[in-house]
Parts: sequence; structure tokens; C-alpha cells
Amino acid sequence: MAALIVGGLLGTGGAYALATIPAGAETSAASAAQAAQGEALFAANCASCHGLDLQGTEDGPTLIGVGAASVDFQVGTGRMPLAMSGPQAPSKPVQFTQEQIAALAAYVASVSPGPAIPDEQYLTGENADLAQGGELFRINCAMCHNVAGAGGALTEGKYAPPLTGVSPVHIYEAMLTGPQNMPVFNDDNITPEEKANVIAYLKYLETTPSVGGASLGSLGPVSEGLFVWIAALGLIVGITIWLTAKSN
Amino acid sequence: MTEQHELSAHPEAPERSSGIAVISEHPVENPGFPPERPRVTDLDPKQEKGQERRIVALFFVSIIGSVAAIALYILFPIIPGDMQSVRNNTMFVGLAIALALLAIGVGVVHWSKALMHGHDLVEERHATRGSEATRGRAAEIFTEANQESGFTRRRLLRNTLITAAVVSPLPAVVLLRDLAPAADPVPLLKHTMWDKGVRLTRDPSGTPIRAADVTLGSAFHVIPEGLNELEHGRLEEKAKAAVLLMRLKPEDLHVSPEREDWNFRGIVAYSKICTHVGCPVALYEQQTHHLLCPCHQSQFDITREARVIFGPAKRPLPQLPITVDDDGYLVARSDFTEPVGPSFWERVL
Repeated sequence: MAALIVGGLLGTGGAYALATIPAGAETSAASAAQAAQGEALFAANCASCHGLDLQGTEDGPTLIGVGAASVDFQVGTGRMPLAMSGPQAPSKPVQFTQEQIAALAAYVASVSPGPAIPDEQYLTGENADLAQGGELFRINCAMCHNVAGAGGALTEGKYAPPLTGVSPVHIYEAMLTGPQNMPVFNDDNITPEEKANVIAYLKYLETTPSVGGASLGSLGPVSEGLFVWIAALGLIVGITIWLTAKSN
Repeated sequence: MTEQHELSAHPEAPERSSGIAVISEHPVENPGFPPERPRVTDLDPKQEKGQERRIVALFFVSIIGSVAAIALYILFPIIPGDMQSVRNNTMFVGLAIALALLAIGVGVVHWSKALMHGHDLVEERHATRGSEATRGRAAEIFTEANQESGFTRRRLLRNTLITAAVVSPLPAVVLLRDLAPAADPVPLLKHTMWDKGVRLTRDPSGTPIRAADVTLGSAFHVIPEGLNELEHGRLEEKAKAAVLLMRLKPEDLHVSPEREDWNFRGIVAYSKICTHVGCPVALYEQQTHHLLCPCHQSQFDITREARVIFGPAKRPLPQLPITVDDDGYLVARSDFTEPVGPSFWERVL
């Protein structure tokens, strides 16, 4: 019986070892194939603006050095390919599958290195310091993205988008690469651990119900003032009319 | 009705108030009141009974609301540490009390409107001028008081009293003076924690920043080194010394000759305190290099030394001259060369 178990264990272990040894070579072959697929996709979908060699054209900036993180953010949130020029590229339905996005990212990163797609360990929100994440968010992010992450207006039609419903990996990549007019918050400014705390804080805000009652979009005095002026003032006017009207 | 007749029949009542200066030759004729309309409760005893039942029901609703408030307080207790329970407790108890009080109010008003004696009533305004008898008596009292007190006769007494009354508010001048700042505010407003060699550190951690850390397009929120160690007035100092650090391409910066060495290879530091009314200006757009103040939409162009390009701000944001020390950390060359933040009375510029 024991011999059988030992044999079985050895057999599975051996099979595992055999399967994993050539994996390195396979991975590089796979990434080469992925980059080739990405190159084809790039030439078909991106090169008309960004240039065949990523050098940029009159219509689009160079992508040399933007890294895989930038591609994953811009294409993964549907901002690229751009539907039309305007003050800002809006987030819209994603045009590619996750596999195609990964291929594009691998291709752009293979041409010249740049910020990589973040490690999974910074995106789970486990063991996060929410208080620190909140403080960093209020200092670095809240002035544009609103204290509750509800987004806000910038100049000349540009805006800071709401952060609710954005996946952790895209929040991380946005901080790392500074898409469009957002400043860059590199790992020397806000460390990966601190970025993880900011993301965990945003997810905490999103999942914690508002204890102060209806948040009305968390837009502050605009929506709250509108509600008070229309609903509460309307109620007062109605009561006044009822008080002074003669009974039938 | 009865009061109206009484008033208009009053022989002494003047026709117009003495306050009316212009008397129109052809005044608009007063159309009078529409004929009084009886209410349904005045005509139909069944309706009256029905309204009474409704008001009784409202008072019962109020009783139910009060009892419900107590019941809901017990049903939704406040659990320490659970903010959601506080919300539920206050919301339900508040709604029940609101119902109880509102039902009393609505019931009482409805009672008075539907059931109480409902005839129209007119009460004319009184004339502003009193009757001759009242006016004469008032003048009499004044003269009597003067005679009895000797106010005009005993002149020394009167004059010293007037002088004492005039002098008595003078201590307020000294007291009000104490409302002014104890020290001259100008040096406080002109100087911040920044000085030659003070390192630029990250907000809130206070760790120093290397020039190499600030990559192109970056924005760092900066406090002076040693701010976190202050025991008193930390927030006051932060409110003056807060700085935004940005890196642009050096060729994008238009630097005036006297500020040649104020940036370090395209890294610039500007006061974060708006020159309009002092809001923190930190909405930096890294492609347009515009800095937007969220309070009143003032915009500053970082490429042109934070010149105002839109909005109510009058002056550019003060620039902090920076360089690097021997260890590669960013340091200030000096304090700001002008007072930060909004204008104040004694500001000379």
C-alpha cells in the first residue's frame, strides 16, 4: 500500500517536473507569438495615429516608453482607439478582448520598456491600511476626483472621471502612467504599497453604504442644494398655500 | 362683520393715516370684499361630522407616531461602533416623531379651517397719529418730569451727567483694540518655513524627494522638512508653506532672466495657496500645464511662471526657488520672495 502511495507521489511529482522544465522556453516563445499578434493588431488599429514604429504622428503622440501599463489602461477602459478628437478621450465600451489587449501591451512593451502591468498582490486590497490610503487620496487625488471619488470638472471640457466601478488594475495603471491630463504618480512618489492602500480605500468607499443618508451622487453642494431648493422649498410653499386657503 | 361696522362708525378715526403724503385725485376704487361663501361644513351636518372624524383620526395618528417612536428606538438600537445602526436609529425615531408632531399640527389647522366659526373678519389699521388727548398728556408728563427733577434748572448736575454718559463707552476702544492680532501680522504673512537649504518633502510622510524621483509629468504635494516635527502651529505653517512640485520639459518653460536658477532641469515648485482667496490650487493638467483653482476657477499657466490666464486671481502664484543638495535631494534656495496667498491690507506690491 505504502509503496503504491510513494509510487503515485513520485509519478505525479515527476510529471510536474517534466511539465515545468520547458515552460520557460515555452513562455518566451509564447510571448514572442503574443508580441507578433500585438504587432499585427497595432498596425491595423493604432498605427494610423501613433505611427508604424510607435514614433507618433501629427494626430497622436509617440508610444515609445509608455509601457504595457499604459496600453492596458487606455485600451482596457475603451479610451483607445479614440472615436474622435476632443478635449478628452472618454471611457467607452472596450473594443478588444483581454487576450488582444495583452498582445498589444506585450508588443508596445517589447519595442521599448516602460511601466509594466502591476502585480496582482497590490490589487486585492488585503491587509491594506485604509487610513493611510484615505489620507493619500485626499492629498493627491481628491482635488480633481472629488473627496468621494465621484469625479469633477477641469478646464475647457476636460474632466476627472468618477472612480467608482473602475477596476483596481486600471486605477493602479492610471496613477503609474498619468493618462491624458492626469499627472504621473510614479513609485517614487507613491510606493506600490501606498497605491494598494489608495485602491483599497476607494473600494472601501464604494462598498460602504453612506451612513449620512442618501448621498445624491456625492457631488456636494450642487446636488444637495438642488434637492433642498426644489423639494424642501416646494414643500414649504405647498404648506403655506394650504394654510392660507379657505376650506371648501 | 360687527367689528367692521364698529370701526367705520367710529367718529374720531381719521380717514387717512398721516403717513400718506400724496393724495391721489382719482384713487382706484376699493372693490370691497367678495360675498361670503359658506363652507360645505356650514351647510351639510353630515360633512361636518365627516371632517370631525378626520381630525380625530389625525390626532390618533399622532398618538401612534409617538408610541412608534419609542418602539422603533427599542427595535433599532444604537450599536457602539456601527455607524449604520446610528443612522437607522435616528432616521426611524425622527420619522416617527415628525409624524406625531405633523399630525397634531395638520389636525389643529384643519379643525380651525373646516369646523371653527368661519365668518370673514376685517380689522382696519390704526392711524399712526395718536388722539389729541393722548398727545397733550404726554407733553404734560414731560414738563412735570422736568420740573420735579430740575433737569434744566440744575445745569451742573445735568452737564456732568451728559459728560459721564459720553465718556462711559470709551473703555470699548481699548477692548476692541485687543481684537487685533497681538503681534504685527505682516512678518507672519511674509515669511514661511522655507529657507535656504530646507529640503522639499512629501506630504504627509515628510520624506525627502530626490530630483530623480520627479519624472516628467509628475506632480508632488510638498511640505517643508521639519513641518511634521513642529509641536505648535503645524497646520498654520502648512497653510502657508504648502507647495506643488511639477516636472515639465525644460524647453516648455518660459523663464524670466531673474528666475534663471529657480527651477532644476524643468522641476518647478509653486505655492499651492491661491492668490485670490487662499484655496489650495492643485488641479494640475500635465499636458496643458494649467493649474486650476477649484473654488473660483482661476487658472495659472505653469509654463509662464504661473501667470493668471483665467479667473478672479490677480497675481501669479509665488514660485519657490529650488536646487539640489550634495545628496541629490531637492532643497529650497530661499523663502518665497513675496508673501504667499491672497492680498492683505499691508501688502506692498
